[in-house]
Amino acid sequence: MALLPRNWPLWLLLLVLITLPIGAGILWLVLTALYNQVHGLIPVGRLAPQHWRFLFEGSVGGRPSIWVALKNSLFFAGTVAVLEVLIASMAAYAISRMKFPLRTPYLGMILTLHAFPAVSLLIAIYYILRVLGLFDTLVGVILVKASLDLPLGIWLMKGFFDQLSWDMEMAALVDGASRWTVFWRVALPLVRPGILALGTFALLSAWGEFILPFTFIVSAKSWTLALYMQSFMKEAFVDYGLMAAVGLFYALPVFLLFLFGQRYLLNIYSGGVKG
Amino acid sequence: MTKGTGVRLERLTKRFGRVVAVRELSLEVAPGELVAFLGPSGCGKTTTLLMIAGIYRPTAGHVYFGDRRVDPLHPRDRDVGMVFQSYALYPHLNLFENIAFPLRLKRVPADQVRRRVRETAELLGIGGILERRPAQVSGGQQQRAALARALVKEPQVLLLDEPLSNLDAQIRLSARAEIRRLQRELGVTAILVTHDQAEALAMADRVAVFSMGELQQYAPPDELYHRPKNTFVAGFVGSPPMNLIEGEFTGDGFRAGGLRLALPKAPTGRGWLGVRPEHLGLGPEGLPARVLVVEPLGREAIVIVELSGHRLQVLVPEDEKPAPDAEVRIAFPTGALHYFDAKGRRIGPE
Repeated sequence: MALLPRNWPLWLLLLVLITLPIGAGILWLVLTALYNQVHGLIPVGRLAPQHWRFLFEGSVGGRPSIWVALKNSLFFAGTVAVLEVLIASMAAYAISRMKFPLRTPYLGMILTLHAFPAVSLLIAIYYILRVLGLFDTLVGVILVKASLDLPLGIWLMKGFFDQLSWDMEMAALVDGASRWTVFWRVALPLVRPGILALGTFALLSAWGEFILPFTFIVSAKSWTLALYMQSFMKEAFVDYGLMAAVGLFYALPVFLLFLFGQRYLLNIYSGGVKG
Repeated sequence: MTKGTGVRLERLTKRFGRVVAVRELSLEVAPGELVAFLGPSGCGKTTTLLMIAGIYRPTAGHVYFGDRRVDPLHPRDRDVGMVFQSYALYPHLNLFENIAFPLRLKRVPADQVRRRVRETAELLGIGGILERRPAQVSGGQQQRAALARALVKEPQVLLLDEPLSNLDAQIRLSARAEIRRLQRELGVTAILVTHDQAEALAMADRVAVFSMGELQQYAPPDELYHRPKNTFVAGFVGSPPMNLIEGEFTGDGFRAGGLRLALPKAPTGRGWLGVRPEHLGLGPEGLPARVLVVEPLGREAIVIVELSGHRLQVLVPEDEKPAPDAEVRIAFPTGALHYFDAKGRRIGPE
């Protein structure tokens, strides 16, 4: 309680006011997904289970099954997260612990890349994917997404590795470890908070990714959930009830992940290795 | 029990960029001996230790364990155990796994690992807390665990980098004796890095005094104390330190400002006269001096006096300590003086 500011009810009110539009949006999404019609935020008519028909019907309006899109999304987000954590950890360890030529320019480049607007690269990436034969494949988009997110990940992990004591690594070397063993058995377990934070962050970021799959994937069999949902917008008559239901379905894993993962995400900002 | 191997350093040099951390260091440690590297921080003693461990690669020179040249070898191929000042235990592992770590890396069979970890832990009196993590045990227990981890693989050479300086003063004394006892019992060759001269003198068979990356003197504690090779060693070893007066030797005496001493068989030329505080006497005879400060230490007292413009420290028994501002007489013991030349090198008496 001592940590609360004196006029905390006012602050609380302010926070509620800021959150209100987002809350209203989520409420609208839930109501629209459940009821026939919604006027403002007031449901009209009866419950509308037909909005959820996409779960049971193999295909809605010629689209592939939502389960295919779900599988694609899981594969996409999962692979991106694993790739990012793995590569960022190794790169960050090297940057944090080793001396090598061009280390400083490399660090500067990572920061620059992090600040670079990825959208401006879309056309160039399109050509690269075409040349590599990875256009219109999930693998291609995974590589692009992981690469674009890596600078942030490397920087984040470097912060965690920087906090490890040198003595501990020296001790491991004297105990008989190789540099690889030190990395896998001593350094990596100690930056677990960083790995969980980056993993959660990468998973969420990839799950919500739209512009990359939208640009680089054409075939419906490779659609992620974002593309599946977007396809409803193209129709002459947009079925908002159906779309809201799909949107809710799409958002559900994120809610769950936040519920369990938010304390790891907080590590990104507080940073800290506790023994 | 294992018998340690000797360690020989041959013209060992380490440069960091333009800074020379260790210069042309040659020194030999006999098998089973405990040698202390003593010096102020930044003198190169830890750098030398890390070169022996294999963490640092020497810029020049060689390291031998027995007849085996080890300086090109990776630390894991050197068979050394090391205790760090920070203990450097692995916080994500419990004490058992910490101590077992070197054995697991050597792929020792699990039942042997269990037996050897237990044995080593019992030896150090931490057998009952092996399930705890480092953060859950006291500093003294962490230090023991670190020592156990260093000893469990029965190394040829044990390296101790300021192992006691993070301990409370009370435990430090008992840990000192404990380490010494273990080292003797196991017969392992040990090198102890410390900046605490009392620790070095108390624990080591021989002490290597370092300053500015160079070896100043390498000798058993009593020789270091009674025959310091230069003014650095004279001033660094002993507490309170030796009094050093700069002046001129005249062949039959010593002159410094208003101070005149008659010394038969004195050298000639400029230099330093050294005398330990406990060898100076306060008494009815001697040169007149004035007491500036009295620092009681319990059994003894340090008396700082002014003698012809020079400040000297005198160690006297507690019950003989004078009052501040008292006029006293200082007797110089002709048998316990040290002569150094203008560059600080010892020139006598023989």
